[in-house]
Amino acid sequence: MSETFLSIQGVRKAFGQTTVVTDFNLDVDRGEFISFLGPSGCGKTTMLRMVAGFEEPSAGRIMIGGKDVTNLKPNQRNIGMVFQAYALFPNLTVAQNVAFGLKVAGMPKAEADARVAEMLAIIKLPDFGERYPYQLSGGQQQRVALARALAPKPKLLLLDEPLSALDAKVRVSLREEIRSIQKKLGITTIFVTHDQEEALSMSDRIVVMYDGRAEQVGSPFEIYNRPSTKFVANFVGTLNVLDGVVSNPATATVRVNDREITLKKGALNGAKAGDTLSLALRPEAIVLGKQAGRDSTLGGKISDVSFLGSVIRVRVGVGKNAVSLDTFNSPTSPPPVVGEETEISFSAGDVLVLH
Amino acid sequence: MKVSRFWAWATFIVGAAYFFIPLIATLEFSLRMRRGEYSFDAYRVVLGDIRFQETFGYSVIIACFTIVLGVVLVVPTAYWIRLRMPHLRPVVEFITLLPLIIPAIVIVFGYIRMYGSNSPIPFLGSTRGTDVLLIIGYATLALPYMYRAVDTGLRTIDVRTLTEAAQVHGAGWTTIIARIILPNVLIAVLSGAFLTFAIVIGEFTMASLLNRPAFGPYLQNIGANRAYEPAALAVIAFAITWGCMSVIQVLSRFAPKSANNPN
Ligand SMILES: Nc1ncnc2c1ncn2[C@@H]1O[C@H](COP(=O)(O)OP(=O)(O)O)[C@@H](O)[C@H]1O
Ligand SMILES: [Mg+2]
Repeated sequence: MSETFLSIQGVRKAFGQTTVVTDFNLDVDRGEFISFLGPSGCGKTTMLRMVAGFEEPSAGRIMIGGKDVTNLKPNQRNIGMVFQAYALFPNLTVAQNVAFGLKVAGMPKAEADARVAEMLAIIKLPDFGERYPYQLSGGQQQRVALARALAPKPKLLLLDEPLSALDAKVRVSLREEIRSIQKKLGITTIFVTHDQEEALSMSDRIVVMYDGRAEQVGSPFEIYNRPSTKFVANFVGTLNVLDGVVSNPATATVRVNDREITLKKGALNGAKAGDTLSLALRPEAIVLGKQAGRDSTLGGKISDVSFLGSVIRVRVGVGKNAVSLDTFNSPTSPPPVVGEETEISFSAGDVLVLH
Repeated sequence: MKVSRFWAWATFIVGAAYFFIPLIATLEFSLRMRRGEYSFDAYRVVLGDIRFQETFGYSVIIACFTIVLGVVLVVPTAYWIRLRMPHLRPVVEFITLLPLIIPAIVIVFGYIRMYGSNSPIPFLGSTRGTDVLLIIGYATLALPYMYRAVDTGLRTIDVRTLTEAAQVHGAGWTTIIARIILPNVLIAVLSGAFLTFAIVIGEFTMASLLNRPAFGPYLQNIGANRAYEPAALAVIAFAITWGCMSVIQVLSRFAPKSANNPN
């Protein structure tokens, strides 16, 4: 499963004077599920539209299945695509919508009918063939759009924020459904989203995009736990940032508030004594009080406690900074109290130095 | 409240009277051909007149060709403007309005000068050629209505996304226009078509100056020479126009419903 199927090489896109995508490189394996994750306006849609062929790259090239498609029209690329606004053809029934690509490709009617029935079964709407799009809910329309995209057996599936127009419940269930269909068919997929939870829960790998660039490419685990830039660390998940001043570069020792913390070797990345650094910690890397195996501690004062059911989210003020952490709700021990002096501990290996 | 209600009704009644009294008077007059009693004699004479049948048939055929030409011209244009050149819309809209500003007589004199039998494009050199020119002229006259109808129809669908959805599934331009765009604006196209029909059936200037045997010049000719028949013809012409308008009303109920409302 490491054969490159889609290859985006040095792609740049400018509209007039504004550059919207720069220096974009990505190799996608066959059958892989990739998410483009980033804030609105960062160029996700533009990059996807270049893969689909709706926009022409200003530079670079795009290869699909070893073939250069940079200059091919969208209708010559054999791609399936799902749009945010569903884009079902309002004048056609569900079955006719799903059959659209098959008919264009000239598939005989009997064969096409069988394929449509198969697709409607996959999206769990077997009896909806005769309905018109306006007779369906948003979630159903989007499933039909997925079936329409998949019916001609494309080699590549592109989805541009397909869930963002739906309400929360439908969004979560459809998310799982899309992923399971994708796995079953083994189709190479690019999924565009601005929702980190979607990206983290669905993807094999995530491309975090910022300002037209791919900031980091990695598995959800890597992106979340080892963000390589400040932007990624901030955009994905909740992040606690502490200011630290380098006290001894040789031993990677940093002073935070009134204590010294010794970081991993090399974490300082060439910073000199007296430099101020931003140190970041995920909430789940921090515990309240001392704990074996967590070598670093800081003193602080509890500033807020919110009860979320199975977990309790606690905010602790550390000097000028504040950190959030979660503790499990245990019925036998009382919850932390606001105003209490406390200690937090973590292991130095979990500290991210943001550059 | 009561007062404004009173004035609303008063205005309505005056308006209705202004509209209906001449109509009723014409209808009444058209029924009085036989002395002392009401009869449909005038209608029998008119409908039985071979020239009525010929000119009416001619105008219907010309109207059909005009509609086809209008659709072929306007649907792809309006579609393309919406899809690729939205910034040109005001310009195109203005151009389509020109036939309302430039009198038909100016257009037709232009035609006669441009397309005479010794011009490079001698439309007027043959009868068929003149018919073609007449159709082109009518398509121009109907342009403001056709363009507006189609453009309004296009506004109800997401032209760009639907086009891209069709393209990504392998469709070319012909398929997109024929299977996706046209069916979705069909009702709008039909209302444009009936407006065109109504315009062509009653048109006088162009047909007369190009010397074609159309219904408009026939109406005028009868009107100048007979007493009761013109009234009958006016009622028939009105019924045709009115019929076209009601068909548009009925059709608009069948417009495809837009489905792009997330819920
Ligand atoms: N056709 C276009 N012409 C000019 N600018 C565009 C065009 N399409 C997108 N942009 C600009 O490119 C930037 C990225 O847009 P987009 O790719 O849609 O972002 P995203 O999908 O990540 O929200 C935006 O600033 C947008 O205004
Ligand atoms: Mg987008």
